[in-house]
Amino acid sequence: MIALEGLTFHYPDGTAVFEDFTWRVASGEAWAVLGSSGCGKTTLLYLLAGLRLPSAGEVRIAGERIHRPRPRTGLILQDFGLLPWATVRDNIALGLRVRGFYGPDGKHAPAGEAVTARREITQTWIGRLGLEPIAASYPGQISGGQRQRTAIARTLALNPDLLLMDEPFAALDAPTREDLQNLTLKLRRERKLTTVIVTHTIEEAALLGEQVLVLGRLPNRFARHVANPGAGDPAFRTSPAYPAACARLRRELEAAR
Amino acid sequence: MKRSSILVAALALGVLWQLAAWAVHRPILPPPLEVVRVFAVEIVGDLGLDFLASLGRVVASMALAVVTAVPAGLALGQSPALNRVFSPVIYILYPIPKVVLVPVILLFLGISDLAKVVIIFLILFFQILVLVRDQAAGLRPELVASVRSLGAGRRALFRFVYYPASLPAILTALRQSIGTAVAVLYVAELFATQRGLGYYIYLHGSTLFDYPRMYAGVLAMSLLGLGLYFGVDGLQRRLCPWQFAR
Repeated sequence: MIALEGLTFHYPDGTAVFEDFTWRVASGEAWAVLGSSGCGKTTLLYLLAGLRLPSAGEVRIAGERIHRPRPRTGLILQDFGLLPWATVRDNIALGLRVRGFYGPDGKHAPAGEAVTARREITQTWIGRLGLEPIAASYPGQISGGQRQRTAIARTLALNPDLLLMDEPFAALDAPTREDLQNLTLKLRRERKLTTVIVTHTIEEAALLGEQVLVLGRLPNRFARHVANPGAGDPAFRTSPAYPAACARLRRELEAAR
Repeated sequence: MKRSSILVAALALGVLWQLAAWAVHRPILPPPLEVVRVFAVEIVGDLGLDFLASLGRVVASMALAVVTAVPAGLALGQSPALNRVFSPVIYILYPIPKVVLVPVILLFLGISDLAKVVIIFLILFFQILVLVRDQAAGLRPELVASVRSLGAGRRALFRFVYYPASLPAILTALRQSIGTAVAVLYVAELFATQRGLGYYIYLHGSTLFDYPRMYAGVLAMSLLGLGLYFGVDGLQRRLCPWQFAR
């Protein structure tokens, strides 16, 4: 699904973040990208999303070289990225409206897939994520958890096959975070999504990443990764294997520094 | 602001005016009721026509300013390269009090309506340009990134992000500059014209010494400013409901 081949990326100030970095993700896998701040994990996600372009090497997704955002890739950010002037309903409909704006041109929207049922699709996701009571509210009026639900609904309404999330739950309180982590696991399984979740928390990586990519000292030259077979089930959080998985990730994280 | 409290404030100002008129007790400060009576008579005659002439000039300037300053502000706001080129120019021109350009513009454009429209346009243009530019430039990069990830290219970003984001800036700029615009309109209408509230006030005050009529003109000019202010305020409530949602 994802293939980074000899990827090199420098910040505008010349700092090398990735150098000849190669990494592969198979279709349907759930990855977490773990690292402390400044390790390049958000940069990696922006490269995958086509919002930044590599200095050398290439990013391929589903066989296609990425030069710009790919229509079937969904992106969810920590600060939700909602339009403050649009209601929850209009925010959820936004991606579909953008697709309608361009038509199924294969560049901004998947080719041969005209958006015909915008209202119905929007309504389905409003219902699915329990947003009906606040559908007419503006982002400034609702809680962080509700905003992130709105962002998730907006992304999933476009029926992506790859979901990228950048610290999606970092700004939320613990119960809301667990709630949304569980929702993510459920939706991921149900929609057969390939997911890459960037996080700085070991516990979150251990819960959500069946594979964990650990980034560390710059520049990142090889993909240090850990298999984490217990992940992907909310019950893992309370199983005896969970602390052990966290401890192993902590060791890897320290070794990468 | 509640309608009732605005009404109470207007009544209070009227009472103050009446008290002042009693205290001064000279023709240069007629009591409010007399002015209102003259206003009511005049507004269906000459004063009404002058009011419409002034209103037309302000509205034309506003329209012209919005149509030109908004695209320019959006372009500068989303292109740091363009902004680097133009921002020093704007930085120099923005603080110049445009009213000092009145004689220059009259020299170039003559005593036409166009000259008056252009003067007010200049004031509004820079206000709107700067506010819209800063609003567009201040959009959080995460917001733009996440809308781009939904497939939006440049055109869709303008349609769904930059344009709605700049609406409050446009209306705020208009509201903030209405006072100045009407003041400059007054100055512009003192020069060689036969129509407009500025001319009406000047004619009755300084030439004919008809003070109630002069005050009726002042009242009309105040109502013009207030009306425009309320109009823009109402527009903001309609077009930017999220700013008022609590």
